[in-house]
Amino acid sequence: MAPTQKNRLTSGGRIDRSKPLSFKFNNRKLQGYQGDTIASALLANDISTVNRSFKYHRRRGIMSAGVEETNALLTVSDGKGDVPVVRTTVRALVDDHQIKSPSGFPSVNFDLGRVLDFTHRLWTAGFYNKVFKWPNWHWYEGMVRRMAGLGNLPGGEDGNRYFHHNLHCDLLIVGAGPAGLAAALSSVTSGARVLLVEQDHELGGSLLANRALINAVDSDLWISRTRSALEEAVNVTVMTSSTVSGYYDHNVLTIIDRSTVGVKRFWKVRAKEVLLATGAIEQPLVFENNDRPGIMLAHAAMEYVNRYAVKPADVMVVVTNNDSAYQVAFTLYDNGVRVPAIVDARKNIANEIVQQANQRGIPIMSNSVILNTFGTSVLSSVRVGTLSDDGKSTVNPTDEIACQGLAISGGFNPSSDLYSQAGGNLQYAAELACFVPMQCRQRVTVAGAAQGKFSLAEALTEGACAGSEAANKAGFTCAPIDVTTSTTSSYNLKAVRITPAGDSSRKWVDFMADVTVADIELAVRENFVSVQHLKRYTTTGMSADQGKTSNLNALTLLAELTQKPIGEVGTTTFRPQFMPVPMGAIAGQRHGDFYTPARLLPAHDWHVRHGAVFENYGAWKRPEYYATNGRDRETAIREEVLALRRSAGLFDGSPLGKIELTGPDAGEFLNRIYVNNVLTLKPGRIRYGLMLSENGIIIDDGVFARLADDHYLVSTTSANADRIIAWLEEWHQCEWPDLEVIISTVTSQWGVTTIAGPNARVLLQGIESDIDFSAQALPHMSVATGTLLGVPARVQRVSYTGEMSFEINVPAIQSQRVIEALMNLGGNRIAPIGVEASLLLRTEKGYLHVGADTDGMTNALDVGFAGIVAKKQSDFVGRRSLLRADDQRKDRRQFVGVEPLNDNENLQSGAHFVTPQDEGRRSQGIVTSACFSPTLKRIIGLGLLERGFERKGETVTVFDDGRTFDVRITEPVFYDPSGEKMNA
Amino acid sequence: MNGYSFLSVVRQALNGHKGWPVVWRSPEPKKNYDVVIVGAGGHGLATAYYLAKNHFIKNIAVLEKGWLGGGNTGRNTQITRSNYFWPQSAAFFDHSLKLYEHLGQELNFNVMLSQRGMLTLAHSLHELEGMRRWANAIKINDIDAEVLTPIEVKKLVPLIDLNCRFPIRGGFIQHRGGISRHDAVAWGYARAASAYGVDIIQQCEVTAFNISSGRVTGVHTTRGTIGADKISIAVAGHTSELARMADFRVPVTSMALQAMVSEPIKPCLNTVVMSPIIHMYASQSDRGELVFGGGADLYNSYAQRGGIPLLQENIAALLELFPAFSRLRLMRQWAGIVDITPDTSPLMGLTPVQNLYISGGWGTGGYKAIPAGGETMAYTIANDQPHPLIEDFGLERFESGALIDEGAASGVAH
Ligand SMILES: Cc1cc2nc3c(=O)[nH]c(=O)nc-3n(C[C@H](O)[C@H](O)[C@H](O)COP(=O)(O)OP(=O)(O)OC[C@H]3O[C@@H](n4cnc5c(N)ncnc54)[C@H](O)[C@@H]3O)c2cc1C
Repeated sequence: MAPTQKNRLTSGGRIDRSKPLSFKFNNRKLQGYQGDTIASALLANDISTVNRSFKYHRRRGIMSAGVEETNALLTVSDGKGDVPVVRTTVRALVDDHQIKSPSGFPSVNFDLGRVLDFTHRLWTAGFYNKVFKWPNWHWYEGMVRRMAGLGNLPGGEDGNRYFHHNLHCDLLIVGAGPAGLAAALSSVTSGARVLLVEQDHELGGSLLANRALINAVDSDLWISRTRSALEEAVNVTVMTSSTVSGYYDHNVLTIIDRSTVGVKRFWKVRAKEVLLATGAIEQPLVFENNDRPGIMLAHAAMEYVNRYAVKPADVMVVVTNNDSAYQVAFTLYDNGVRVPAIVDARKNIANEIVQQANQRGIPIMSNSVILNTFGTSVLSSVRVGTLSDDGKSTVNPTDEIACQGLAISGGFNPSSDLYSQAGGNLQYAAELACFVPMQCRQRVTVAGAAQGKFSLAEALTEGACAGSEAANKAGFTCAPIDVTTSTTSSYNLKAVRITPAGDSSRKWVDFMADVTVADIELAVRENFVSVQHLKRYTTTGMSADQGKTSNLNALTLLAELTQKPIGEVGTTTFRPQFMPVPMGAIAGQRHGDFYTPARLLPAHDWHVRHGAVFENYGAWKRPEYYATNGRDRETAIREEVLALRRSAGLFDGSPLGKIELTGPDAGEFLNRIYVNNVLTLKPGRIRYGLMLSENGIIIDDGVFARLADDHYLVSTTSANADRIIAWLEEWHQCEWPDLEVIISTVTSQWGVTTIAGPNARVLLQGIESDIDFSAQALPHMSVATGTLLGVPARVQRVSYTGEMSFEINVPAIQSQRVIEALMNLGGNRIAPIGVEASLLLRTEKGYLHVGADTDGMTNALDVGFAGIVAKKQSDFVGRRSLLRADDQRKDRRQFVGVEPLNDNENLQSGAHFVTPQDEGRRSQGIVTSACFSPTLKRIIGLGLLERGFERKGETVTVFDDGRTFDVRITEPVFYDPSGEKMNA
Repeated sequence: MNGYSFLSVVRQALNGHKGWPVVWRSPEPKKNYDVVIVGAGGHGLATAYYLAKNHFIKNIAVLEKGWLGGGNTGRNTQITRSNYFWPQSAAFFDHSLKLYEHLGQELNFNVMLSQRGMLTLAHSLHELEGMRRWANAIKINDIDAEVLTPIEVKKLVPLIDLNCRFPIRGGFIQHRGGISRHDAVAWGYARAASAYGVDIIQQCEVTAFNISSGRVTGVHTTRGTIGADKISIAVAGHTSELARMADFRVPVTSMALQAMVSEPIKPCLNTVVMSPIIHMYASQSDRGELVFGGGADLYNSYAQRGGIPLLQENIAALLELFPAFSRLRLMRQWAGIVDITPDTSPLMGLTPVQNLYISGGWGTGGYKAIPAGGETMAYTIANDQPHPLIEDFGLERFESGALIDEGAASGVAH
């Protein structure tokens, strides 16, 4: 038998009674209907305590029916794992939902944590600052940490899919309540691209909770007609179940769109005009024990009745400071809830309303406030008192009035989060006792309750006007539509929200952060009177709701306590997100392979087939080594090195940065960039050079070739390819726009295959080409262009390994063909070389690896470029800095070679040269590269050492992970110092 | 100063906490002070405190245009570490960490220092070599550091995905690194300074300096003119503005640095984790929120608010390392304006104007430096000569070229 829904009304509501859904709450089987939120289903089943409070572990019940919920943030599982902090007041109930109270040990109904409540006087604001200093905080921290947190990390796999979308529109309307709908309707005819966004799955906003007559029809009908009209208009897009979460600069807003099950879409919208029709949030009243389960915002109670056909309790007292709650009382009454009293802080109440109450026999207690509430587990009664003449105290406390529910209304506060995020300022409207939007530097207007227009009639007409005006401002023409209502509503708020009596340490201001009036009093007493200090010291408004129902009361209290007008105490700034957004949605598809899409070599497949083991080098996937015949990494690297030194190796260098510069000033431009003289380079020749930052620091090295008089090809290190093109562009565009040069990056246009080794030339000569590879025609450091295997080719004789070396550039798409041809031709005389072997080969040769052998302090002089700098007449980037005293210091860290005195010592990159212990250990530099050289059969390394140039041959101590041993300082070049092999 | 202790809390609890005194006074500004400090961030407040405590100067005002601690001191991600590469930095920042280690007791105000370890990840063997270089530097400077294998990383941070896009090859940890509570640092120093008689004057913006024959004599503020024998600037992101007012230039660019927090959950991340390659760092606060961030925005700005590109980048980075966080919700994002120098090291000491001092260039990492920054600046002001620990951090280095580039040595700096 289906469990009964004790509090469900037999008719009415927007739920589908033909579609029952079963769910579990703390393992109890319950039933709700399609159309329920989790919260409405819990209420229908008479569940009052849903959670425990954050700090004092007090029982808490459902407080609201919207995004402002502070208590019913529960753990929900839909079979894929638990998700914590779900706002059950806005989350649709789904069949088989498992809902759990995150806190309460052993259970939410019997919680040992209550001991914190019994001792609550200790745990005031700032408590942690005053104690737990001895022996140290870490000692206590574990305990505190375990108590914090609103639930466990989501469990299980994340089954959601996340997408990003972008949209431009002329008018973005946020909120589809009466104001937003009227605005959208008005703008339809303008032709503007209008986007209407609503967080609920239905349009209508407050009309869903409280029907009315609009243009002489029932609001349900009006909403559905409006929806059809908007959906028919090609220029209007309606998004439901979509929350605008952030309002950023330049009218860019973000939306989290939950309209598709299992999918979350994150939209970035750039709007010409924004209209915020985000409504208002009812504010709670502050009195002793105002946090008991059964106490609920008045309009939430009405929404549960009207929208979900759930009565929150059988007997409910209504307490208010304004007219709007009377409608709530009457709705409750008309739906079978007994209302023993309406408690009203005001003395004078409009006759008309009084009469309506009289007709129903509901007594009104005017000039009265709630003094206290009672009940063991849930609310059982309230006590009422009369306000004294000056309003500063209460008199004549009543007997306890029995009730299981209390509907509270402190009036409304516009939902200004987005406006504030946009940089808008709020001002205090005394007659409404709330903050309304005042001015904003962005193109935004506010309409309806969000602007403090709390009556339906105003929301409709002003919404219509605001809609057409916003469309007009965006450059379109239209007029406001006619939209009227015969439903009248009055407000007449009296600014009393805080009962001036009772134990202030039991009067809650922020339910979610568990902040009481006493905390705020203490903060003020201790001089935390700036709003920001108050907020941080007491944590008011710092929880996941950003204070939607607590900021206003906190500010009111602050003003009272500091005896300042509330408008002068200031407001805090809201930050994105309006509603917390799943982080997966913000990251979207930038995950795994898409996090940084891998760049593959043009001949990737070939490398795969030949046993390459790939490693990430920046975004590139490159062969680290080739596991030919299953050999291990170390063997592979050694054999690759030896193969190249003995015969020939083939290296895929395609990621090498390649930048072409053309134009009459190309040479002049490069001459200002490179430390080296560029102008003396003849066409067809290549030079090695350094690029420096303004500070003289080496940022890149590589060769540059002069292809023709006005045509240069610059090679950068693979890692810096992107950075250097930006660097060149910056100098060209910002500093020397007068130079006629065009800079283009061609890195991925050309595939680069380097073949090096004593047999390199012989091999190449066997390949179909019109290029003369002979030593005379193509000596070291020269370039030739022609064709190879019938495709255009540039061949540069540059060497990174110290061997005779040809760097063959062909269109990337042909790269694989060239590799195949060379490998076929070479047979066992040639071997593919991975990146690690290549780096090792260059260590043997003592070539610089910028970024490894240099760091952010290494200048051109430190790597032996003093002569070149001195010889160059003209200026270049960084030259000035090389003239500074410090750059000229003799004891700078300079580039050297290093070898351990004892062959058994495992010299590793990352070790430091240190001064002897008795001189006080100090680092004198670092070992920047080190390896066992297969060629030389011993360990060698490179490094940066203080005064290194003059210390060749010296013995220096090296420190590595606590060990020390001695090394000898050498020239950096270990292999073929004369360059005979390379120049062959 | 009324002592804070468990006993005093209990005693106060019995009388409804009615007896607590103000944590700091809010006096009207006087006409003249011996020392005026511009900016009531951590650095300004700490400087005032140490001037009073160590140098017995009591006639001090700290002027703050907003509310104390409301600048970067109240916006940062609270990472406290001293794993610096260059000896000068290591000496300075480790001194700071040591002061932090007893700060709660010294100030009688719990700053909640939690030395839960600061782990830096390496995603390639070459990066691991770089880390070895870094760890050795730290050890030579007598600071703790340990290089970890991927398995050790996983043990320490079980939620981490070792096989992310750039698989984790290891890492290194400073066990003494961690986080502390930024507001408490500002408030603790404010309270202690105020107790020494320092006037903290909020809502008081400095708009100009009085300078006569190369010597500063006072400031114009939104609350009137205030005379001073010595003035020190500690305004972080506004350093170049204040320097401009005093007619000298500093090599500082100001950019927004963002931070963000998730909804609070039960403890799941017990170490501070940083990855230089997957550009992000994260920790979990005592309240349970994940606090994280990455690099600064890519353009100069004085607007203290977050934007979208970095938000997406930082979160993508976080989820790349911690896929388990994907359903966790982002609660808030914000930004502070950080003052970045060309070598990312701070700018402390004398200025071209006599009796005018500066403490800035704190960039993305000056929170951890607050105690040492305050102490050494107090010395510098009192003696009109840089404290030995900060001699190398003066403005002159941009002329001499004696830069201390930590950015290049350690990647991200926070
Ligand atoms: C998002 C973010 C994360 C960070 N994370 C870390 C981290 O993890 N670890 C770390 O060590 N550091 C971190 N930092 C850096 C650190 O926060 C700062 O370096 C440090 O707080 C600087 O302290 P301060 O006292 O110099 O500046 P601030 O705290 O900014 O104080 C300067 C004060 O000067 C005031 N002021 C400015 N102009 C005037 C004027 N004309 N007149 C009067 N007053 C003025 C300002 O209002 C402000 O209160 C981070 C920074 C940010 C923004």
